[in-house]
Amino acid sequence: MIGLNHYLIVAGLLFAIGLIGVIRRKNLLMLFFATEIMLNAANVAFAAISHYYNDLSGQMFAFFIVAIAASEVAIGLGLLILVYKKQGTLDLDDLASMKG
Amino acid sequence: MFEQIAFYLFSILTIGLFLVTVLSNNILYAMTSLASGMVLISGFFFLNGADFLGVVQLIVYVGAVMALYAFGMMFFNVTKAVKENNTSNVLVFVLGVSIALLMVIMFAAPISPEVIFASVSPEPNATNPEAVGLVLFTKYLVPFEVAAVMLLIAMIGGIILAGKKMDQSLTKTDEENIIQKDIK
Repeated sequence: MIGLNHYLIVAGLLFAIGLIGVIRRKNLLMLFFATEIMLNAANVAFAAISHYYNDLSGQMFAFFIVAIAASEVAIGLGLLILVYKKQGTLDLDDLASMKG
Repeated sequence: MFEQIAFYLFSILTIGLFLVTVLSNNILYAMTSLASGMVLISGFFFLNGADFLGVVQLIVYVGAVMALYAFGMMFFNVTKAVKENNTSNVLVFVLGVSIALLMVIMFAAPISPEVIFASVSPEPNATNPEAVGLVLFTKYLVPFEVAAVMLLIAMIGGIILAGKKMDQSLTKTDEENIIQKDIK
């Protein structure tokens, strides 16, 4: 039988994968992909807890996370396009222009 | 039985696909595997009886967000593999997993499961979309409206940010742009 712990472990694994991506990636677009993975992992945990505790609040929070992710992508891609127009690259090492 | 098969299938596939997203050097591979991972994540929602959330995940993430990424990628040079100056993989894996574990220990472990109780239990004879609608438009009405305003602001912001100098090409050289301006 699949219990709550199974879902929470999968969500934790997905979150760790996203975190590895955030630490490892140097390309800004790939960094965005990794944040999407982390948001999705949180959604899985919310939905599972909502089911096993018979409480709809978890699903509500998951809806708001989806809304926040959508607006984050809209604004973030606009900013990425501006950065690419100005610098010609999306690599974080090349963008480090404020070395002391 | 079928629930178990579905759960293990979905979890193995999503973990594999998201690992491809995180570790691949090609943006196209990363994006397609992210999109298919999102589709399989919605399978978790259907397994949990959150039908409406699963459909929203399919429409918003797979439909809208991935299409937005696909459009955004047209501005960037995606044909060549991304060259990244990566630090050692072992260190990154150890750091990522240990940070995730540390956050769980800090925030989730002190909460004992007996203290948690359902505050918004669903209507007994309602299907999932009905129950979601009943809760969303009563208890969560103000956050819903705020989220609507936030989405509007994000839309306007996205148009303004990406729409600047749309008449200039990114891939052409400066001279070609200048020639185009002169023709106008």
